[in-house]
Amino acid sequence: MKRLWSWAAIIAGSLYFLLPLIGTVEFSLRMRRGEYSLDAYRSVLADPNFRDTFGYSIVMALLTIVLGVLIVVPTAYWVRLRLPRLRPVIEFITLLPLVIPAIVVVFGYIRLYNTSSVLPLTGTAGGTNLLLLCGYATLALPYMYRAVDTGLSTLDVRSLTEAAQSLGAGWVRIIGRLILPNVLGAVMSGAFLSFAIVIGEFTMAALLNRPAFGPYMQLLGANRAYEPAALAVIAFAATWGCMGLMQLISRLLGVRKTAK
Amino acid sequence: MRQIGWNWLGVVPFFAFALLFLMLPTMNIVIGAFQNPEGQFTLQNLAGLASPRIVDSFVISIKISLASAVLGCLIGFAMAAAVVMGGVPGWIKAPLMTFSGVASNFAGVPLAFAFIATLGRVGLVTMLLKQWFGINIYAMGFNLLSFWGLTLTYLFFQIPLMILIITPALEGLKREWREAAEVLGASTGQYWRMVALPILFPSLLGTFALLFANSFGAVATAYALTGSSLSIVPIMLFAQIRGDVLQDPHLGYAMAFGMIVVTGLANLAYVIMRTRAERWMR
Repeated sequence: MKRLWSWAAIIAGSLYFLLPLIGTVEFSLRMRRGEYSLDAYRSVLADPNFRDTFGYSIVMALLTIVLGVLIVVPTAYWVRLRLPRLRPVIEFITLLPLVIPAIVVVFGYIRLYNTSSVLPLTGTAGGTNLLLLCGYATLALPYMYRAVDTGLSTLDVRSLTEAAQSLGAGWVRIIGRLILPNVLGAVMSGAFLSFAIVIGEFTMAALLNRPAFGPYMQLLGANRAYEPAALAVIAFAATWGCMGLMQLISRLLGVRKTAK
Repeated sequence: MRQIGWNWLGVVPFFAFALLFLMLPTMNIVIGAFQNPEGQFTLQNLAGLASPRIVDSFVISIKISLASAVLGCLIGFAMAAAVVMGGVPGWIKAPLMTFSGVASNFAGVPLAFAFIATLGRVGLVTMLLKQWFGINIYAMGFNLLSFWGLTLTYLFFQIPLMILIITPALEGLKREWREAAEVLGASTGQYWRMVALPILFPSLLGTFALLFANSFGAVATAYALTGSSLSIVPIMLFAQIRGDVLQDPHLGYAMAFGMIVVTGLANLAYVIMRTRAERWMR
């Protein structure tokens, strides 16, 4: 009886999850009347806007990861080493992006960094890119911080630091050559999660008016029938790829999987 | 003890970043909600939230978030319980967890596309139901661009999030507790009602709060799905920032402030419940 219910739950759930995926793939193949074809994919891939926006978002995602690592790794390390009492405070701050909706944060950016403010970042394309980058790093902060902090918890930070110092290493070298390689698995899992978040992000990019992949998808969705389904398949494959790589790497490096 | 000295310098970059790109922008909105265009203190903006259109948008947003959180919790719990203790073969667990990790991050614009391709007017499921069973769900009043349509779509990331969070909690239920209950003559129903659920209750309620906030702040899926035809709060705010509706910009700050209050309360509940839940997880 119990087993019957369990199977019912699993099968009903699987149907719910599989049907949209099958539906999307099927729909994306329907562009040519009467037969299945890859026309929608061809049309998407041939669109220069697709390449531009996808490229833009990939670069932004990579930069987000770099910025995230630069902010999170030294901070998490330093707090563990020297300022353990600050840990709850930092943890609280890193969780805030889950509480404050992204649309509110970006609304604040627009108000705070407009052209008539002290720091007129939205005045130039470069400045807005920088602002968007910082927004993305903020969105990724909860995931990055938790991943890195979990990674650090498996190390004896104090002994490692003292050993490095007694061999004459400076702070930059300790963090770059000793701590970072040791939490690389954790950093990678945070990085892939950040990548998956940034690559299709819509709200911030749309409101800051940057040519990112998310707003492009939305625009295409409003104007075309079959291409959006093809994009959804591509986006799902990208997310799946990120998560797959993340699990593969954490398994290879033998890092305890971090809870989301 | 007075060694503190220069240690704080190490966290300056982090705090500067958090201040500039998280706290100050949010504070700015909150303060803006209490200011009139001349910069003086006022409660007028918050009073402006009482207009029927905005009240309606908050009501429907909260309803969608509640529905998708309740259903997400129930279905996610059922699936997690089936895998952890339901006698389903063990190999199902790993793919389910991996899939949940992917699906919980598969939100936004592509998710809307997936559901349009499936349950839209010419979507796969819509067509199959019509051809195979003669059921026309659109003639029966179903619409993807509606309360239930949006809820159904949000469940695609809500259920996996529930599975990811609740599976460890279910695995944390000790076998001894069940055996002790059975030795004392408890039925399965009694065990769940009097032992397992009270222990799980804080993590269930906490996850519920997280799911609620998760769907309350979601913009992209709803926007790609409905354009601005369904007036939920994030969509209204989005249109307001874009300059499409509502002439008074300070009303926008008040709406944003309202959103922070709602998600803040939901997450406060989560934090409190989580601290209580962790007592049992030792």
